[in-house]
Amino acid sequence: MSAAADVTKLRETFGEKIWETLEFRGEQTVRVELGSLHDILAKCRNDLAYEMILDISSLDHFGDDPRFEMVYEIATLDDSKHLRIKAKVGEDEKVPSVTDLWAGADWHEREVWDMMGIPFSGHPNLKRILMWEGYPYFPLRKDFPLAGRPTDMPDVAFTGVAPLEGGPFVTSAGGEDVARREPRAQVVK
Amino acid sequence: MVSPSPSTLHTAYDSKIEGNVIITRVDAAINWMRKNSLWPMPMGLACCAIELMATASSRFDISRFGMEVMRFSPRQADVLIVSGTVTYKMALAVKRVWDQMPEPKWCIAMGACASSGGMYRSYAVLQGIDKLIPVDVYISGCPPRPEALIEGLMKLQTKIEGEHSTMDQKRTFIDEIA
Repeated sequence: MSAAADVTKLRETFGEKIWETLEFRGEQTVRVELGSLHDILAKCRNDLAYEMILDISSLDHFGDDPRFEMVYEIATLDDSKHLRIKAKVGEDEKVPSVTDLWAGADWHEREVWDMMGIPFSGHPNLKRILMWEGYPYFPLRKDFPLAGRPTDMPDVAFTGVAPLEGGPFVTSAGGEDVARREPRAQVVK
Repeated sequence: MVSPSPSTLHTAYDSKIEGNVIITRVDAAINWMRKNSLWPMPMGLACCAIELMATASSRFDISRFGMEVMRFSPRQADVLIVSGTVTYKMALAVKRVWDQMPEPKWCIAMGACASSGGMYRSYAVLQGIDKLIPVDVYISGCPPRPEALIEGLMKLQTKIEGEHSTMDQKRTFIDEIA
């Protein structure tokens, strides 16, 4: 059975809980409701043989409501099928942990919590994975400056503000196209 | 020199010893000993550490300069080579290693990241190890080639040659007893 057939099967089982299905160059993406996310992933794991979690990541649609979006990349062990499942998450919502389905989800979810600040319910050990416990910000959020913010935890770690000097790494939000958002992309006259 | 047996030991002036005597300043003698047996503490944090390893191995061979005794205990080392990106999470650990090294000690910031944060203008990276510990030699490059590291170490040797540690100690001592 192909991933496309699995998507049809998910549609039959979950009906309106599946918001949207997309196919792009053979990649199947399913956008689902957050409330049914765990049930849908459990079906993929248990009935459709997606034994492997490749990645869990998150997006920050700053300014939109709901603000965040979870992205799950799952695959079968023989690598014959890939499926991407997305669910929108509001700022005060919790995402059900999938560590009960895939043990490998543990660290991915910790990274999402650490970098984006999306909390998970039912995670066995939800603490920061890259930054230290007590660091007050979530650095991958769009409203966090690239240069960082000063913090200090005595005997643990401190952070400062990196000098960017309007340098090549600075992008300005809101430009119409990439050339305007990204100074490096501008044509040299 | 073979030491004479007690029976032949005499207290008279031995003209043979003259050729074995060097007259110099204490500082110069100490500096000469220090600079020719630098024991580096490798603080390998990123790709610079790979070049550091190459420097120590046969092709580049820093034992030609008396620096091959890499010590992984800071208590036995006297030059800290910070090779790589110092993240804020690692920063205080590097400081702690530095604090554990006995005096006299020197520090080399190897590569762009250790010197200034390099390309990581970011919330996560310390913008130069000199914000935490004093640096004697900065080596440019991303990563620097082993030749560059060797030149940096030789620059450090030149620096050590010009130090006045006992002279300064003597001056402080004389000031104190005056």
